[in-house]
Amino acid sequence: MATFTLPKNSTIQQGKSYKAEPGAKNVKSFRIYRFDPDSGENPRTDTFEIDLDKCGPMVLDAIIKIKNEVDSTLTFRRSCREGICGSCSMNIDGLNTLACLKPIEDVKGDVKISPLPHLPVVKDLVPDLSQLYAQLRSIEPWLKSDTPPPPDAERRQSKEERAKLDGMWECILCFCCSTACPSYWWNGDRYLGPAVLLQAYRWIADSRDEATGARLDDLQDPFRLYRCHTIMNCARTCPKGLNPAAAIGKIKQMLVERET
Amino acid sequence: MSIMQDSREATMEGRRTDGTPIRRPLSPHLQVYDMMQLTSALSIASRITGVIWSVGMVILVWWLVATATGPGAYGAVSWFLSSWLGVLGMVGLTAAAWYHTLNGVRHLAWDAGYGYDLPTTYKSGRAVLVATAVMTVLTWLVAIIAWAS
Repeated sequence: MATFTLPKNSTIQQGKSYKAEPGAKNVKSFRIYRFDPDSGENPRTDTFEIDLDKCGPMVLDAIIKIKNEVDSTLTFRRSCREGICGSCSMNIDGLNTLACLKPIEDVKGDVKISPLPHLPVVKDLVPDLSQLYAQLRSIEPWLKSDTPPPPDAERRQSKEERAKLDGMWECILCFCCSTACPSYWWNGDRYLGPAVLLQAYRWIADSRDEATGARLDDLQDPFRLYRCHTIMNCARTCPKGLNPAAAIGKIKQMLVERET
Repeated sequence: MSIMQDSREATMEGRRTDGTPIRRPLSPHLQVYDMMQLTSALSIASRITGVIWSVGMVILVWWLVATATGPGAYGAVSWFLSSWLGVLGMVGLTAAAWYHTLNGVRHLAWDAGYGYDLPTTYKSGRAVLVATAVMTVLTWLVAIIAWAS
């Protein structure tokens, strides 16, 4: 069932405030969601004033600066700082994106940062993604083929067959899209969500894969696939510019076409 | 008591540093997400207008029943529907019906495989909004002209 409000233990309190050092001219406030499991308290919003003249251009630069110089307990995931690892996905200024690809100057007013929406919070900006990983596992995201590969050679694809995978292989599984989808918020226990369905179609569309029929059978389900209502928040929020909604549409079309 | 438990329930259980169990908070969703972006705003509007239209059908039935009942009942309903509140409601109903219909056409195009890319989605969304306004005004112009003549 959809619950539109937060549970009692999840409502957000006013947190601490950290002023910029005196003399700073180019100050911007970062309002960051904090949760410390050891404190026994509800989550809170801390405000950090940052001198942008002494900070890199991206939101990730700012939160690394906060961790280094202001509050070393600030907890978040990050690795590559160039939009290829998918670790630093979070909600910034109301939309999910990668902190490393989001320029601070794109945000008007205070920079509001919270974890990916509607997930259990482990600490601060680190949500538990295990449901999403389990759902990815459930669509068996690997090549399935009864035909053995040619001896001492790869399975070949034409340029056209390979081109069908464009717009899908680029997905870095940051789960910005799935956690931007209201339908996934309310039905994420059974609906697979845009990221996992994009991966499902990535294998359905692969000319080398021979399990297309079984894969479609698995998805023909009122919840797993058909909780997609073409809201399009997924395509709107994808930091890699991909379009999960279009991939889901193609799966729906294939399911219709095989009935005829 | 619901029979099926939410499978996400298991991931709500966490541990503190000392190993004692803790129930994890749920990260904010509607509270922080930009729901006024065109994509989700038009989607929820589609549902709301669908509900409004259904309620409008009940009003239509009320009017038909009153018509069949007799001049007294018909007069009462007519008085309400031609009051400023009634007319405002009818204009709202017309707009809701048009929006739901036009956005339905948009959904039909998606289901036929067209218009998924983001620029087209935004264009078709804005087109639905403009067309709803135009068609609502046109509908009422036709109605008023027919009424007057």
